[in-house]
Amino acid sequence: MTAAGNPAVSTTAGRPFVGGRRLPLGWVGAVPFFAYVAVFLLLPTGIIAVGAFLAEDGSATLSNFSSLSQSNIVKASVNTVFLSAVTAVVGASLGALVAYAVATGNPDGILRRLVVSASGVLAQFGGVTLAFAFLATIGPAGLVYLFVKQHGVDFYANGYWIYDLRGLQLVYLYFQIPLMVLVFLPAVDGIKPQWREAAESLGGSTWHYWRYVAGPLLFPAFIGCTLLLFANAFSAYATANALINQGAPVLSQQINNALSSEVGLHKPGLANAIAIEMIVIVVLATVLYSLLQRRSSRWLQ
Amino acid sequence: MAAVTASFQRSRRARLQAFRYVVLIAAAIFFLVPLLAMFEFSTRKGLNVGSGFTLTYWRQIFDYPDLVAAITASLQLAAITSIGMLVLLVPTMVWVRLRLPRLTRIVEFICLLPLTIPAIVLVVGFFPMYQWMGINFSDSILTLSFAYVVLVLPYCYRALDAGLGAIDVKTLTEAARSLGASWFTVMWRVIVPNISSAILNAALLSVALVLGEYTIAQNLLYNNLQVEIAQLGRANAGVSIAVAVASLLFAFILLVVLAFVGRRRRQPSETLVQDFARGGRK
Repeated sequence: MTAAGNPAVSTTAGRPFVGGRRLPLGWVGAVPFFAYVAVFLLLPTGIIAVGAFLAEDGSATLSNFSSLSQSNIVKASVNTVFLSAVTAVVGASLGALVAYAVATGNPDGILRRLVVSASGVLAQFGGVTLAFAFLATIGPAGLVYLFVKQHGVDFYANGYWIYDLRGLQLVYLYFQIPLMVLVFLPAVDGIKPQWREAAESLGGSTWHYWRYVAGPLLFPAFIGCTLLLFANAFSAYATANALINQGAPVLSQQINNALSSEVGLHKPGLANAIAIEMIVIVVLATVLYSLLQRRSSRWLQ
Repeated sequence: MAAVTASFQRSRRARLQAFRYVVLIAAAIFFLVPLLAMFEFSTRKGLNVGSGFTLTYWRQIFDYPDLVAAITASLQLAAITSIGMLVLLVPTMVWVRLRLPRLTRIVEFICLLPLTIPAIVLVVGFFPMYQWMGINFSDSILTLSFAYVVLVLPYCYRALDAGLGAIDVKTLTEAARSLGASWFTVMWRVIVPNISSAILNAALLSVALVLGEYTIAQNLLYNNLQVEIAQLGRANAGVSIAVAVASLLFAFILLVVLAFVGRRRRQPSETLVQDFARGGRK
């Protein structure tokens, strides 16, 4: 069709797909993909966005958002922010120590490879299995608990804290620390030994080096990674739900409560509103993370 | 002066080594003990530690028909999701590279979108859709694979993008087409064999993710493997932890295979590992 009608195109007859005139039909090849994501990614997102502003009878309303101020939702929000912040800060600090310990070793060594691949696996290890792993360790019938109890220490003397938010904080660290190692390691790798030598040749001590050179360089990356860990903990659901059956203290569990008809009434509007609340917080943290990441990569390649 | 600096540096090295050992050993204990404890729990004979070893719980796995059904369903979901993802993604990504390079950024953005939207949020949008599908189409647990394809998009996109970036798609396609190959032949006999390790990466990541998935299935009231493990945990903790250990070992093996396959092409890239770490089964 193209070659016959236009002699200029005939030179490319052997590869017809670069012929200029046939290009307008090229979009057909992308239709299946866009149709699929439209139905299974954009439609659900749209349902949440629109549904948050719809009342039970289908009329427009803001009442779903005002029900976010119910005491149990507010309490769950505060709990989740606190839980995410604590596990993000503690996880980031401990993860940074591990990252530094790895970065100061042989860059091609087996230890580094081992730690990086183990972190990749452990950071996505969560949910039911993780909750059970901790119950088998420090649960009321767990290996470590029974062992230390035989030696006279009972860390559940004041109640089984493993089944509430304190237990969840400990369990979350299991995926927060490896995630920090993965995302913070590139920044630590970016520190050049010459900077240390320069600081020393100018008479600076170790404290001076960390306070005035390495610290300020790593700080934006550290804050950024902490925000990523915050978003990570904030969006978690499976681990919390497997460990804590009672009271739905975490915001993602409140979504489950609002969706399921077992607990009280099925409230889709409320579920949509909580979903919007969660997405705003997670997107905010993630955007700040990428901004800080860009800023720190200026120095730490 | 030089001697002072040298001894100063030597003592700093020693302190650094001590710091590294302490940190890494403490981390090893924190991360290994729960895994060992889980195995110990699933093979414990009595009620107390050290009262003997037994494989009773492991043998009992097949005595629970619901559990067997859930394992079967999750394996089927993993297979369907991997195949669906590949059929959807590979031709589209090749096509976009060849004919629609302007869409590259949009496709990338869409594929990475599920990284930012938590699964528990996405499920709120899925809920009415699956209610509708259950009434008008099918309420089989296998319909979950529609949602799972979306869930695995980011990781598979990154894996396949790395694979396609490593070959010259355009030249290969032009050569094959000029020799008279059809588009199907180009795809099946030229592109796919050249990105086979990337395809394997993407498929293994999908399998690992689907076998660990809990949030979407539980909220849509389907009993997949993880939901069943959680429910069984209340009735028979020993068996459910035995299954958890088994599924974990399976996922570990998949990921080791992944690392092994990836090494030949220096992949998966660090961004892929990072993305994977951000998602997962939490």
